[in-house]
Amino acid sequence: MDYTDKLAQSIRSVKPSGIRRFFDIVNEMDHVISLSVGEPDFQTPWHVREAGIASLEKGKTWYTPNRGFKELCAEIVKFYKRKYHLTYSPTEECVVTVGGSEAIDIALRCLVTRGDEVLIPQPSFVCYEPLTVMAGATPVLIETKAEDAFRLTPQQLEEHITPNTKLLILPYPNNPTGGIMERADLEAIAEVVKKHDLMVLSDEIYSELTYGGKKHVSVASIDGMQERTVVINGFSKAYAMTGWRLGYALGPAPIIAMMVKLHQFCIMSAPTTAQYAAIEALRHGDNDIETMRNEYDMRRRFVVGSLNDMGLTCFNPEGAFYCFPCIKSTGLSSEEFCTRLLQSKHVALVPGSAFGDCGEGYVRLSYSYSIKHLTRAMQLIREFLKEL
Amino acid sequence: MDRLLQLLSENSSLSTEQLSMMLGEPEDYIAAQIKEYENSGIIRGYQAVVDWDEVPDSGVMAMIELKVAPQQQKGFDDIAERILAYEEVETVYLMAGAYDLLLTVKGKTIQDVSAFVAKHLAAMDGILSTATHFMLKRYKENGVSLIDSKNDGREMIV
Repeated sequence: MDYTDKLAQSIRSVKPSGIRRFFDIVNEMDHVISLSVGEPDFQTPWHVREAGIASLEKGKTWYTPNRGFKELCAEIVKFYKRKYHLTYSPTEECVVTVGGSEAIDIALRCLVTRGDEVLIPQPSFVCYEPLTVMAGATPVLIETKAEDAFRLTPQQLEEHITPNTKLLILPYPNNPTGGIMERADLEAIAEVVKKHDLMVLSDEIYSELTYGGKKHVSVASIDGMQERTVVINGFSKAYAMTGWRLGYALGPAPIIAMMVKLHQFCIMSAPTTAQYAAIEALRHGDNDIETMRNEYDMRRRFVVGSLNDMGLTCFNPEGAFYCFPCIKSTGLSSEEFCTRLLQSKHVALVPGSAFGDCGEGYVRLSYSYSIKHLTRAMQLIREFLKEL
Repeated sequence: MDRLLQLLSENSSLSTEQLSMMLGEPEDYIAAQIKEYENSGIIRGYQAVVDWDEVPDSGVMAMIELKVAPQQQKGFDDIAERILAYEEVETVYLMAGAYDLLLTVKGKTIQDVSAFVAKHLAAMDGILSTATHFMLKRYKENGVSLIDSKNDGREMIV
């Protein structure tokens, strides 16, 4: 049977992820030294896993309330207060979702529709553009630049605003560049956002992985921005809980109410066991974050130092766990670079072009790996460059 | 704990250049720091972590508990010093609990180790009793798991 006509045109027209295509090649090879995975190499801290196990032992296997356990929402709100000085109502301004991804999806579907334009800084995570399209709206891409530390500038923002612009996505700390937005950067962006009466979706999933003594600043904490921001965060990166599939959104009550409505129809409630574990993580997990962050930070310095040393100019990433070295000096495209590196040295990176056209000329390297693994990979990349 | 010492204790083959990048300190500072640890005796040596189970004819290993009569003034130090002089003895620890000294002893065969215990340890003045446990399999050595699967466990996923 030919399913072409049976499938919705809207979903058929969405481009498959560029990372996916590259991973398919990697998966067919043996003995690959991968630096391509976008999740922590740490396991979920044991006390957090124990809380999940204990809930199962007690037979707590039912749905939770649609918006998530009250205790969990209360802890999430406390976390945002403690870390980022924001005050939210746990009962009206918080929803627990299946990972940050679901929160991004339902936030987009609640905020934009046909005719609306969504501003998406790139290079950035691969989901914003297709999810915007699936919400019926039009993605408008903004190319951030290495010379601006991959930060969004108010000038760039102004240039892309039209009467149809409705929403700005702020993906910081950024995957794949490791770029962050500091308070002054956000204040300048906030002025433009308020002037044009835009809304902001702030994807802060890597917020706790900010380095060099700097602390993450949420755009919602800038004067006048809380009322026009939906904050997305979750447990995957900060607590190494990717497989538990748990995230959340914080925002103005009328928006969260709509998101809960959508969430209850398509998801019911986020995983119960994961919610029990997450309560434990938020209550007693601050030290775990600290330990993992210190470890990532050390790897970050090592990888950035090594890359610069071998002649691949690397912008100094200050967040997430990625480096985004420039490979233009090799004369190769980012896809050629990755393919040849994979074939000759069995080292897997992700072409920068997978994160938007403006990622061309760069590659993404995840340092969510042991020092031993990273040392070996750096040695092989060095050899590869010499042999070019 | 000192980060430099921790890193070296996990992997002593890291170069000063690599350590300098990882810790964000100048290379000559790292080199001086290591020299100081070596001179002061905090760093006593650098060894490879070997999975002896994978090496043919690498012999046997035993843990030996010793109950010891402490000597006046010297306590357990004197007898510990006499014991550590034997090359068969890999480690010597003073313990709190049901016995006093814990040794790890290496030998070619079980008979060799037994003979060592009978001839040298049990016969030594001040040793009240010995209990010898032969090691069957190593799962973890010096913080390194010896049963690590080569598989990362993480999926290639977007």
